[in-house]
Amino acid sequence: MSANHSTILAALADPTRRAVYERVAQSPVAVVELARDLPVSRPAVSQHLKVLKDAGLVRDEPVGTRRIYTLDPAGLVAIRAYFEQFWSGSLAAFAAAAEQPSKEEA
Amino acid sequence: MTIQTHAASVTTEIDVAAPLERAFAVFTTGIGTWWNPSHHLLDGEIAEMVFEPHVGGHIVDRYTDGRECPWSRVLVYDPPTRVVFSWDINLQWQLETDPARTSEVDVTFTPNGDDQTHVVLIHRHLDRHGDGWPGMRDAVSSGWSLARYAEVAGA
Repeated sequence: MSANHSTILAALADPTRRAVYERVAQSPVAVVELARDLPVSRPAVSQHLKVLKDAGLVRDEPVGTRRIYTLDPAGLVAIRAYFEQFWSGSLAAFAAAAEQPSKEEA
Repeated sequence: MTIQTHAASVTTEIDVAAPLERAFAVFTTGIGTWWNPSHHLLDGEIAEMVFEPHVGGHIVDRYTDGRECPWSRVLVYDPPTRVVFSWDINLQWQLETDPARTSEVDVTFTPNGDDQTHVVLIHRHLDRHGDGWPGMRDAVSSGWSLARYAEVAGA
């Protein structure tokens, strides 16, 4: 599982897909239940789940004739994505502050 | 700026158009000049951020009502080339008092000519936060991380 930052961001950029992800985050769930709980067709749910799975955010396993979706237990994918975003923004702000003329020079 | 990812760490690099000593000073004792004002642990208005510049010191948020929140321990302080500090914050942006469940931030400063500094920041041991997923799951449920994702994605 080596989804990168932009893949994760892209996967969660879509509001419907975020809703799917949040529903999976609450408890393991099957496609049919997602389609029932959310205002989305079953094929659309499947497509959203595929994107989330490719991004390493969810995984699926067969249970009987159904596939049950859960959050990826590695979990670090999301934590890393958060801190990548956090530090890239923070370091940009740091660079801007460091590049300001100091008071002595001003 | 480049970003790399390893199993339980995040590496971010940036070139700063400032001399080595200034880059180090702004990052450490000047942290209050660039830290995002929304990234504090307690409700209330921040009066100042204090970086105690020695090993064993803390990074402390001081609030206008007198409260203090020491959210980091300074682990290495080698001006002007390296600083390492702990991240005593859990995934719900609350103070983490168990050091075994904290991560650390390692920052190195390398001169690139007289007027430029290359800064490499490694935030490591992220796996120590809340056994990975359960903590993050709570955070996700509370909207903490998705709100951030949405900010970026919508930008």
